[in-house]
Amino acid sequence: MNPANTAAAPAPSTPPKVGLRLPFGGEPLMRGMVLTWLSVIVLIPLAAVVVRSTDEGMGTFWNAITEPEAIAAIKLTLIASLVIVAINIVFGVLIAWVMVRDEFRGKQIVNSVIDLPFALPTIVAGLTLLTLYGSKSPIGVDVTYTKIAVGLALLFVTLPFVIRAVQPVLHEVDKEMEEAAASLGASNIRIFRSIMLPNLTPAIVTGAALAFARAIGEFGSLVLITGNIPFDTQVASVYIFARIQQDNPTAAAAVSVLLLVVSVVVLFALSLFGYWRSRHERA
Amino acid sequence: MSAPSRLARIGLRTVALGYLAALLVVPLAMVFYRTFEDGFAAPWEAVTSPEGIHAFWMTIVCVGIAVPLNTIFGVACALVLVRQRFRGRLVVDSLISLPFAVSPVVIGLALFLVYAQGGWFAGIMESLGIQVIFALPGMVLATVFVSLPFVVREVQPVLIEIGTEQEEAASTLGANGWQTFWKVTLPAIRWGVTYGVVLATARALGEFGAVAVVSGKISGQTETLPLFVENEFNNFNVAGAYAAAIVLALLAVIVLVTVGWLRNRGVSGAPPAPQLNPAGPVEKEA
Repeated sequence: MNPANTAAAPAPSTPPKVGLRLPFGGEPLMRGMVLTWLSVIVLIPLAAVVVRSTDEGMGTFWNAITEPEAIAAIKLTLIASLVIVAINIVFGVLIAWVMVRDEFRGKQIVNSVIDLPFALPTIVAGLTLLTLYGSKSPIGVDVTYTKIAVGLALLFVTLPFVIRAVQPVLHEVDKEMEEAAASLGASNIRIFRSIMLPNLTPAIVTGAALAFARAIGEFGSLVLITGNIPFDTQVASVYIFARIQQDNPTAAAAVSVLLLVVSVVVLFALSLFGYWRSRHERA
Repeated sequence: MSAPSRLARIGLRTVALGYLAALLVVPLAMVFYRTFEDGFAAPWEAVTSPEGIHAFWMTIVCVGIAVPLNTIFGVACALVLVRQRFRGRLVVDSLISLPFAVSPVVIGLALFLVYAQGGWFAGIMESLGIQVIFALPGMVLATVFVSLPFVVREVQPVLIEIGTEQEEAASTLGANGWQTFWKVTLPAIRWGVTYGVVLATARALGEFGAVAVVSGKISGQTETLPLFVENEFNNFNVAGAYAAAIVLALLAVIVLVTVGWLRNRGVSGAPPAPQLNPAGPVEKEA
């Protein structure tokens, strides 16, 4: 079932241990405890969502996800996520480049600020955006209850992914290659396209996929600023929340399964990609 | 002669910093300004209201239970994944990342379905006399769920890096499993554990969606600080919402400063940039 599993059988990194004694009552007991905890906390509840979604037959499941309001929410979620990922790629690479190759005062502080969206609670993120882009905006820009607000909130919470994926790779990229190309008369755009981009692509893909997975499930930063209007600014997670509140967990579960599948596929593809790359580079 | 000209360099810098300012820095500064524009009295009153204080303590209780549990699990899980070889190990490794990938609302729904009436675990909990949904246990479970992967993911690379030689030496000299763990393994991974604990705490403090579903958001009863922010805002008590948001934002800044400090210490195995939200199995070559 899992190609990564069989492919990695001759796991090379750790040598086979000889008589190594482990705490928590030794190997099998410890493994059992870990797997039990993971199952009780994560796996069984998620399985319940899947089971519940088809509880009343595949027909109900299909009806739940093809209901016009659900379709509108899913469509908005996917399109908004794709758009913000594209913006993230452009600005992520640009900001990463500035953080690695440029020197200016206060760079260290800017570098720390980039992590804020990861540390800041999502509800605070939404409130934060409201102060500048809400109805009492000091610059006269009010995007509340529009699709732009959805995009803005998603951009805020996903800001660090591409930057943090690209930054370390950019550190490693050989600066001399760029300088050689420049001395041979290559334009900046040509240098970027033929030298930097090929090196950065895997990191960009990784960062973009993580940002996408985060964006399709985002909830907290959206509730205050988007108004959660059905057929307009309501994303999938808000739709699910509304269905739970209306005591319709089956419909909530159906759309949840859809979100689950998308994010699991993205993450699975990403780890396959990472695995394929590590083999590729070794060969 | 560096590749892009000086002008291009300054142009790129301006665009990059402008983007960060518009999206992040200026809005955050605005929150501080708005909170304190009418003085300190109103925000102080809001966060020290009975509901505000209660929400604060609920947050502390959720974090105080969830993070230690996940720390124990995280260290044990990392040991199992790095030091043991068993079938399906990579599958388990991938599954650890699930809480990063799943929407908070779906996490809330999952717990709701299992523990609410008619759920798989509802009977057991009822016979134990524990109300999970719309009560503290559900909120703690939600917090545990969302912050589960952090310690595992920070400890795994450190364990790979330190290898097994010292542990084997300790075993050879007659140390039992726990002695080896306390005297050899734990000191070697302590900064990785600290890193994970800090990140898990940040996530647990701010969790909104999952807790919102299972708590029922009952003001003064099942409300954490993030839920309090939303409630105050919806009740047109904007000063209270801003004030509570400031408390949470300050906690986030403390987390960032700690992470930066840990990074500067050169936490072994930690990447140059903190893996604040790593996904996917840590199965790269050591």
